[in-house]
Amino acid sequence: MDLLQTKGIEKQFLGVKALKGVDFAVKAGEIHALMGENGAGKSTLIKIITGVYPASAGSVYFNGKECKFRSPLDAEHAGISTVYQEVNLLPDLSVAENICIGREPRTKLGFIDKKERKVQARKALARLDIDINVGENLSSYSIAIQQLVAIARALDVDCKLLILDEPTSSLDENEVKELFKVMKKLREEGMAIIFITHFLDQVYEVSDRITILRDGQLVGSYEAKDLPRIEMVAKMIGKTPDEINQMQAGIVKNTKFGDTVYEAKGIGRVGTISPVDVSIREGEQLGLAGLLGSGRSEIAQIIFGVDPHDSGTMTMCGKSVNFNSPQKAVKAKIALIAEDRKVTGIIPDLTIRENIMLALQASKGIWKTMTLKQQEEMAEKYIKLLRIKTPSGEQLIKHLSGGNQQKVLIARWLATNPKLLILDEPTRGIDVGAKAEIEALTQQLCGEGMAVIFISSELEEVVRDCDRVIVLRDRKKVGEVAGSDISLKNVMKLIAG
Amino acid sequence: MNKSSNKFRHLVWPLVSLALLLLFNAIFTDNFFKIEIKKQDSAQAVQAPSGTVESPQPGTSWITPENYESVNDSVEAAANAATEEAGAAAQTVQDSAGQQAAPGKKDGKGVSIFGYYLYGTPIDILNQGSKVMVLAIGMTLVIATGGIDISVGAVMAIAGAIAALLISMLDAGTCIGAGMGPSVYWIIPVLAALVLTTLAGFWNGMLVAGFGIQPMVATLVLMVAGRGVAQLITDGQIITFDNPGLVFLCNGHALFLPFSVWIVVAMYVIFGLLTRKTAFGLFIESVGNNERASRYAGIEARRIKWLTYVICGFCAGMAGLLAASNIKCADSNNAGLNLELDAILATVIGGTSMAGGRFFLSGSLVGAILIQTLTTTMYMKNVSPAIVAVPKAMVVIIVCLLQSPVFRAKVLSIFASKAAKGGVQ
Repeated sequence: MDLLQTKGIEKQFLGVKALKGVDFAVKAGEIHALMGENGAGKSTLIKIITGVYPASAGSVYFNGKECKFRSPLDAEHAGISTVYQEVNLLPDLSVAENICIGREPRTKLGFIDKKERKVQARKALARLDIDINVGENLSSYSIAIQQLVAIARALDVDCKLLILDEPTSSLDENEVKELFKVMKKLREEGMAIIFITHFLDQVYEVSDRITILRDGQLVGSYEAKDLPRIEMVAKMIGKTPDEINQMQAGIVKNTKFGDTVYEAKGIGRVGTISPVDVSIREGEQLGLAGLLGSGRSEIAQIIFGVDPHDSGTMTMCGKSVNFNSPQKAVKAKIALIAEDRKVTGIIPDLTIRENIMLALQASKGIWKTMTLKQQEEMAEKYIKLLRIKTPSGEQLIKHLSGGNQQKVLIARWLATNPKLLILDEPTRGIDVGAKAEIEALTQQLCGEGMAVIFISSELEEVVRDCDRVIVLRDRKKVGEVAGSDISLKNVMKLIAG
Repeated sequence: MNKSSNKFRHLVWPLVSLALLLLFNAIFTDNFFKIEIKKQDSAQAVQAPSGTVESPQPGTSWITPENYESVNDSVEAAANAATEEAGAAAQTVQDSAGQQAAPGKKDGKGVSIFGYYLYGTPIDILNQGSKVMVLAIGMTLVIATGGIDISVGAVMAIAGAIAALLISMLDAGTCIGAGMGPSVYWIIPVLAALVLTTLAGFWNGMLVAGFGIQPMVATLVLMVAGRGVAQLITDGQIITFDNPGLVFLCNGHALFLPFSVWIVVAMYVIFGLLTRKTAFGLFIESVGNNERASRYAGIEARRIKWLTYVICGFCAGMAGLLAASNIKCADSNNAGLNLELDAILATVIGGTSMAGGRFFLSGSLVGAILIQTLTTTMYMKNVSPAIVAVPKAMVVIIVCLLQSPVFRAKVLSIFASKAAKGGVQ
């Protein structure tokens, strides 16, 4: 029997249909992957199941009974726990406090029983085979551990269905393995798990069944072993497998390079990155590869002037430069699309138009204002060019899906007409279709003479797109491969050391 | 929903509240909307800054701590009452000081360029509300960056103190510029006060944007110390003055309206243009909404924040001059007391979020008028000044509730369910 079942779920936002009659079912004791492109309706469906939004039509059955949860807490009491992509815990409280918050054990006098709390927290973590000091502040642990603590907290309630929304996007390979071990263990215990991710490998590694959504509609539910990977992608983006093969083969590397655009000699920052040399020519795509925390993003931050460097020199187009703030880098025609879109990218309450014009206006200063018409034309142009899915440029950016937000950020920087574009994890958390579009776009920009630095955790992307790859390990440059030497094997070898 | 209606949506609830308040007055207060056109008599016209008659003797007076108590009371009353009472109360200040005030019993009040001016409660509200309206401009910009400036009341006191000190020195001829004559030299204290308070704003900006101190703490410094600075300037005394130019700021009339109203209009036009016709407003909203991302987009976030505090200081200076001009004296202890709260309130009522981001200068203007209308209504209904805060708080809560989409949805759903039940029966 199905533990959770939805029938004909519909949801409308301001006249836009986000879900159009979705039937979806999860059995106890299975890991069920929910797949779909950005804006396909995965998050909306989850939010309706957990009571964040009410459904416009349709019903949710849990444990055989029809349920109308009014809040996530409601759902939690019924046995549905959710762990979101961002860790929703309190970093300045201890691990034990985080796990027990809102349901602290009490002493006879009604005070919080601190000893018992630690015991309970340890018990909850032991279920996931984690042994850490529960008295420490949560923030003193890595994101991976924090993520696991969030899961431990979710499991601490009498939980029958666990929903994991993109739990792996901030974890490295080993941490992902740890998480999967835990997930499999929970499956043995008879728990149902809904797993949302953009990493296709991971889907096949742990899932028993796969449900695919597209444009708010159910495409179908399949046994994972019966659904070949290429077919799944095809169903997600609504194309035939042949078309996808063509898309991937369509990437043609640029081979004509111009003059050196940017050159850094021995730039470094104590405690952040050991001195490295970086140089890049017009039309070249340079990859920075390495594990999470190997110093990839740190190099980007130093080049863009976010963090000052304490050694080395930089030249931009032959002129010696020294960026101590992003403003100067922007004026020198460098653009950085940084790693964490929500924190360093979007201005959530501004419109798409305003988000697009922001960097260009910032480089012009306060007084040289663009007219509304110019702004609208610019927004219009990039919405079309990058195929941003939105009714108009006056929509607030926070209402867009992740992939479309990323496209707006790319538009923001393309509008400044940069000579050097740095992309730090531009494809994280966005769907296959948008990924392919972004890859194709960077190639096109290189063809037009732009220099691109490409940072990604997905080595396939780096190998596929880059003309030269700098490999980093433990905040040091450990090697560089170029041209035909670039292969998954060679890069992996360097990373592993 | 089309674009223009979106643009003015934030104004709907404050305006509805204001309309309700005015309706209440229209029904329950006699002659509330009665506006007369008055003509200036010649004796008063002489007092206009354009006049050439000089005061026979220096018109400033110093109030010593001995008779401070009585002054204190009347100052408070003056600050709160309508213009007519204010004029009389200010008169009391001077009388109680036991000093000879300026010639002409009705000096200041009703000074007009064209000889005609409008007179009535709504005009009083605009005149009395001018201080908070001016304050709210700067406060709105600061709040939009995600900050707050709780020092504006104290900064107002500094502005009044320095202006009063300088005008007294000029009247006594002990300051450069005294040779220009009282009809011109009043510009010196005005400029000095504005420069000094702009510097105060610069100081606040330095603490907040330069050193990264939390805005509430950073501006608390000047909120506490500012009145001390003002006391230092005036040597702990209350200085009264009757310079026609300075008095004209808040008591004079031009083009049928109190001159203070024109100051407010000018400030709104200037800062409206500065924020909306340049990219300044966009940058403020961007910084207030996501400071880090704004920095990554190449905006000098610190400089933008800093600038808003400087503007806020300037606005506080202007408000301080209006306050001092209104009661013709500089009282370091009471000038602008608690007005920072009114300014914050006006901003919030106007639809600007305390969290920063989108801001609405026009909304803050309506908010300030709403607060003043409320205060004036209360005095006209003879509510004791001691308990005025209570009904005021209730109205503020109602306005804030009306603005809250959650509250409106709740109320609507209650009505909807009642209607549905009625339908079944």
